[in-house]
Amino acid sequence: MKTYIATRRRFVQGLAAGGVLAATPTWLQAAVKGANAPGSSPVLSGQEINLVIAETPVNFTGVTRMATTINGFIPAPTLRLREGDDVTIRVTNRLAVDTSIHWHGILLPYQMDGVPGISFKGIAPGETFVYRFTLRQSGTYWYHSHSAFQEMTGMYGALIIEPRAGERYPAQQDHVIQLSDWTDEDPMRALSKLKVQSDVYNFNQSTFFDFTDDVSKMGLQAALEKRQMWNQMRMSPTDLADLSAATFTFLMNGTAPAGNWNGLFQRGDRVRLRFINAASNSFYDVRIPGLKLTVIQADGQDVEPVTVDEFRFGPGETYDVMVEPQDDAYTIFAQSMERSGYARGTLSVRQGLTAPVPEPDPPEWLTMKDMMGAMGGSMGHDMMKMESMSQTKMDHSQMSGGMAMDHNMHGMQQGSENPLVKPSSTIRHARTEYGASVDQRVDTPSTNLDDPGIGLRNLSQRGLRPQGYRVLTLADLKSIDGVLDDHRPPARELELHLTGNMERYSWSFDGLEFGKSTPVSLRHNERVRIILQNDTMMTHPMHLHGMWSELETDQGELRVRRHTIPVQPAQRISFLTTPLDLGRWAWHCHLLFHMDAGMFREVVVS
Amino acid sequence: MKPILMKPLTNLVLAVSAFQASAALAQMDHSAMLMEASATTVDGRDPHAYSDGYTLTEGPYAQPGPRQLKLADEHAFWSVLADRLEYQKDNDSTVYDAQAWYGTTYDRFVIKAEGDIADGTLEESSTDLLWGHAFSAFFDTQLGVRLDLYNEGKDRQWLAFGVQGLAPYWFEVDVTAYFGNDGRSALSAQAEYELLLTQKLILQPRAELNLYGKDDVENGLGAGLSDLAVGLRLRYEFSRQFAPYIGVEWTDTFGDTADYRRVADQSTSDTQFVAGLRFWF
Repeated sequence: MKTYIATRRRFVQGLAAGGVLAATPTWLQAAVKGANAPGSSPVLSGQEINLVIAETPVNFTGVTRMATTINGFIPAPTLRLREGDDVTIRVTNRLAVDTSIHWHGILLPYQMDGVPGISFKGIAPGETFVYRFTLRQSGTYWYHSHSAFQEMTGMYGALIIEPRAGERYPAQQDHVIQLSDWTDEDPMRALSKLKVQSDVYNFNQSTFFDFTDDVSKMGLQAALEKRQMWNQMRMSPTDLADLSAATFTFLMNGTAPAGNWNGLFQRGDRVRLRFINAASNSFYDVRIPGLKLTVIQADGQDVEPVTVDEFRFGPGETYDVMVEPQDDAYTIFAQSMERSGYARGTLSVRQGLTAPVPEPDPPEWLTMKDMMGAMGGSMGHDMMKMESMSQTKMDHSQMSGGMAMDHNMHGMQQGSENPLVKPSSTIRHARTEYGASVDQRVDTPSTNLDDPGIGLRNLSQRGLRPQGYRVLTLADLKSIDGVLDDHRPPARELELHLTGNMERYSWSFDGLEFGKSTPVSLRHNERVRIILQNDTMMTHPMHLHGMWSELETDQGELRVRRHTIPVQPAQRISFLTTPLDLGRWAWHCHLLFHMDAGMFREVVVS
Repeated sequence: MKPILMKPLTNLVLAVSAFQASAALAQMDHSAMLMEASATTVDGRDPHAYSDGYTLTEGPYAQPGPRQLKLADEHAFWSVLADRLEYQKDNDSTVYDAQAWYGTTYDRFVIKAEGDIADGTLEESSTDLLWGHAFSAFFDTQLGVRLDLYNEGKDRQWLAFGVQGLAPYWFEVDVTAYFGNDGRSALSAQAEYELLLTQKLILQPRAELNLYGKDDVENGLGAGLSDLAVGLRLRYEFSRQFAPYIGVEWTDTFGDTADYRRVADQSTSDTQFVAGLRFWF
């Protein structure tokens, strides 16, 4: 038992020199053009790419485990391709089981999308599958396995498509920063533990002594009230993530915190950092103390530059940020949302420098807003609730100027007679939400996009960050291209609810897990609105394959084009889409265990 | 304490259904409470309304053949929990109380086993073989059989119908009604709570009571409330799955059960110090 405790630190910090153990086999070296920095994966470019999937021993924590790798690397080689090119990517399976590769966020024929059972049969052992498609877009994307838990055991890599017309925001340095999470456990074993005890990895639970502390601070009545709703509903206010550093080592470019991934720049450089959340189950809150982050791209699509101090992103999402470092060294700090640990690296003018590494913030309890949406703030009678309310209001007033104006213009264009100009606010729970698969339903969802989310609200007031600190929210993002390409108002509106039962560890749309579901049928080239209401207390990064998700405000103002939209607890969001590629597509939560537990739908475009 | 007398069978069924109803009510209360806030909620949307009649295997662009993509919602999981595996000092006996299941999220085969070993002999055991079905977000109904084996006494077989789950305020509850030969009936109820002193040090209060429909002279069990056990166990979770504990358990017998014990010159109540192991996998 002592070993468990003794290895804890190594678990969280990982090994300095951890990673893939085997030397790159010679048969692969021809394909490898060379790494751009230590700890970075090799870059492959051109129109013909060869990828080989195999098992490779790795050691991130002091224990050797088998990983599933692409060309022997974690992360997989970075593919640098060119917009407009026809590419041929040959994927050879040297595993004993089927595999696949999905090109996350890429528009292509459905047979090339790489989801076994939906787009194709999968790639059998020994087989080579040839992906062929034309790159109709540019930006930062990524690719990963869509088979079993292979993504969690190492199969993810960056996919960068250079724009034909050149970059809108030129930079002197360009680094891919890929965040992921590694577990020594067999992922299926981890999932099965969650099925038995859904809080098995949560070591931030409310204890008896937290209660007595609260009693002495706020009095018995307030301390009881703070807990009353949670306990009555059998929900945990600290259930921010299903997995934590109790099993994960958080990685930056395949490097554990102790390994300290190092990216270089020269003083005066504009440095572009392409952040990709390739984690299986971890949201990251990313900041670089001492540097402002100018977000220039979200999910591969250029946005109007917005300068922030920190951003949160979930599995599947990408953000490109520009920084202009003046000092010698900065820490890139990415703490996991549940605050059990972090991934970390260093940006510096030369190898080997370090900057101070912050402590993770204390975990914050979910609020009534996260449980009940808009109403949670207004009916609050404890401090927690009031905090969340004032936060929401304050953010609103900051935003309302610019947004209100945009909205008026939008309304004039489309005419106010059409009832579909705005997303419907009538809440329609599916009849299948009234059963064993759903542990709560929200009847007063929040619809604002300017909530940074639990743990990132009121950072300055709480003394965790300096005054004037700004955290990115969805409301800050405005696409430059594309989002207004299709001026048609939506012809119809679909509403689906994100549902789950934490105690049973089951996740679904409308209370129906994938196996019980039927596809969502969309018509080719129709303009359609999809409303997603989150009836759970977790944030779900919802990834729709094969078409863009064009996020709008609750007033129907189109904002930003995404491939993965994080939907916060008790939040109701909507997006428009125009399906242009025929076929069957996957639509799922990109938290791998939520997807596998059933929060997964098929979409048919015909 | 005066024994609580219950008319067998009908009352037992009533008790179980009342419990079920209250569990269901607890759920309804909650959604009703949320509901009143919003007048614009419309219920009963058809979750298949957007399918145009297509299914996962039929319709345009469906992959040929049987459905290939099956996720964890169609996967069977299993687990074994040894809730109490303990040594009782004064009795010099070993007690086991374990539960195992195999199945999906909503339907599973459940085994519950409880017993008492002294001097290398299984003195008493009770084993439930049940089919569990989720009937609400937090509760399963369970239907099956129970076998009671006695080293000294008469073995009994029962039909079992129960409810197990998590009640509001985090009480783990397990209530089962039993129906045996010759019009015998019984009701067994257990409740557990976990109080986290720290993330790893956990205090677990636990209560268990048994009622019988009529006297069972061979096994020394009387009609009505027969026995009540209340325990307090303090465990340290070296890992979530492995925790040694120490504790104290107080038991009392009532009514005819107490009388039978007096006649046999046995004590009617007792307090035991226990040390044991809780683990699951």
